[in-house]
Amino acid sequence: MAHGKSKDEKVVYVGDSRVKQKVNDITPLDYSSYPGKSEAFIPNFLLKEWMVGCVALVAIFVLTISEPAPLGYPANPNNTGFVPIPDWYFLFLYQFLKYPYAAGSYVVIGTVLIPGLAFGGLLLAPFLDTGKERRFYRRPIASSLMILSLLSCVYLTKTAWDGYKHEIAELNITPEHIEREEKAREAALAGKPAGQPKPNKSIAIVDKDDPAFANMKKAGCLACHATDMKGASGPALLGIGDTMNKDQVLDVIKNGKGNMPPMVDSAKAQGLNDEDIEHIADWLAKQKAAQ
Amino acid sequence: MFKGVYSWIDERLDITPMWRDVADHEVPEHVNPAHHFSAFVYCFGGLTFFITVIQILSGMFLTMYYVPDIVNAYYSVEYLQTKVAFGQIVRGMHHWGASLVIVMMLLHTLRVFFTGSYKAPREMNWVVGMLIFFVMLGLGFTGYLLPWDNKGYFATKVSMEIADTVPYIGPYLKELLQGGTVVGAQTLTRFFAIHVFFLPGALLALLGAHFFMIRRQGISGPL
Repeated sequence: MAHGKSKDEKVVYVGDSRVKQKVNDITPLDYSSYPGKSEAFIPNFLLKEWMVGCVALVAIFVLTISEPAPLGYPANPNNTGFVPIPDWYFLFLYQFLKYPYAAGSYVVIGTVLIPGLAFGGLLLAPFLDTGKERRFYRRPIASSLMILSLLSCVYLTKTAWDGYKHEIAELNITPEHIEREEKAREAALAGKPAGQPKPNKSIAIVDKDDPAFANMKKAGCLACHATDMKGASGPALLGIGDTMNKDQVLDVIKNGKGNMPPMVDSAKAQGLNDEDIEHIADWLAKQKAAQ
Repeated sequence: MFKGVYSWIDERLDITPMWRDVADHEVPEHVNPAHHFSAFVYCFGGLTFFITVIQILSGMFLTMYYVPDIVNAYYSVEYLQTKVAFGQIVRGMHHWGASLVIVMMLLHTLRVFFTGSYKAPREMNWVVGMLIFFVMLGLGFTGYLLPWDNKGYFATKVSMEIADTVPYIGPYLKELLQGGTVVGAQTLTRFFAIHVFFLPGALLALLGAHFFMIRRQGISGPL
């Protein structure tokens, strides 16, 4: 091939490549010769499909602008009160596993047997339903199985969602993504930073020699909040003054918060008086990151 | 000009046969909503693909800001959502697209099922389609954890407990997915890799097979 083309060769290649030289242009088939009202994919049908695509895209835009994607609070593994909920398309399985015949010692039925049968059956449908008939009303077994599974999935999904709504209503919980959005909006309107404060473990303790620090150790605060105040089973107290003022701290000490019990009595049992406790709150409110 | 460029490339690479395989085919009357409005049910496969493309594009833009580690993941998503220009829309498209793609895929599957299109000689295409369905569910499952908020964290924790109950392989499956004994830093990076590399790779391969088969066999005939 490196010797140039010979006119006598039946197949002529482009240069020394394996691509054949074209003799003449191929004329596309005329679609009017096809039976029925079929039409060319390009460009006739694609232009119509394009319109469907545009409508779908506009619909997605409207959805994203009117309903921003939800975002809750940063994951906190110590949060014991969170009501878990999967994405909606897993709710049917989530609900199914709550029934006694698919949970506890029968959990294998719920996690392996029924999903395995359902998904296995779906995967192998062409080999299970081998008849030639395609119309669904002439295939009563396949069609009724599919309709039945669909209805049960819809039922399970709805039951799971109603159960979740009921549970959070009973516990008086606002879903975190709604709460975060509302608080962020309020903060933004008030001209404050709307984002979540990032835990900063390199914050130093302000005024470490203050007797409040020793008193906190004595009162047992640091058993949970750690002796360096970086947090253990309780949250870190470093930089707490950035998010709470003295009254708010005092409120937590007196009334507790989440898993934390009210601490006033145990502090007094260790010999602290009201003034000491107030001083602790005052000192904690001074713990600011930016010094 | 355009034709000149095309001829220049075509002479060298002979792309016309390939191009004809991909795009040059006729659309039969019974699937064309312009002729029978009820044929709109044949649109769902195309819409699934359309939303998949949106997912890939929006996902590519999300990774420009997303940081897959447990310290920064949440804050990078929050920054993207609240500070980046159009970030809320890009994340919104990815979030809602994830649900829409499931809806469209379900409708497409039901159309194929109730028109009996999965029957011989198209069995293999149905099986590949179901595998695509599972990959999509896997993408939804792994993507749910990535913002690293309480919702994703605790849902994943529950899922791991469910995986744990599978006989014999359950504990191994759980540890493999978690990358350790708890849902933590390793789980996040692992889910990120699965969500961004492993499953999309599998998805593209399966989609290629799906489209190859439909082009090769053509759409199933009228009932």
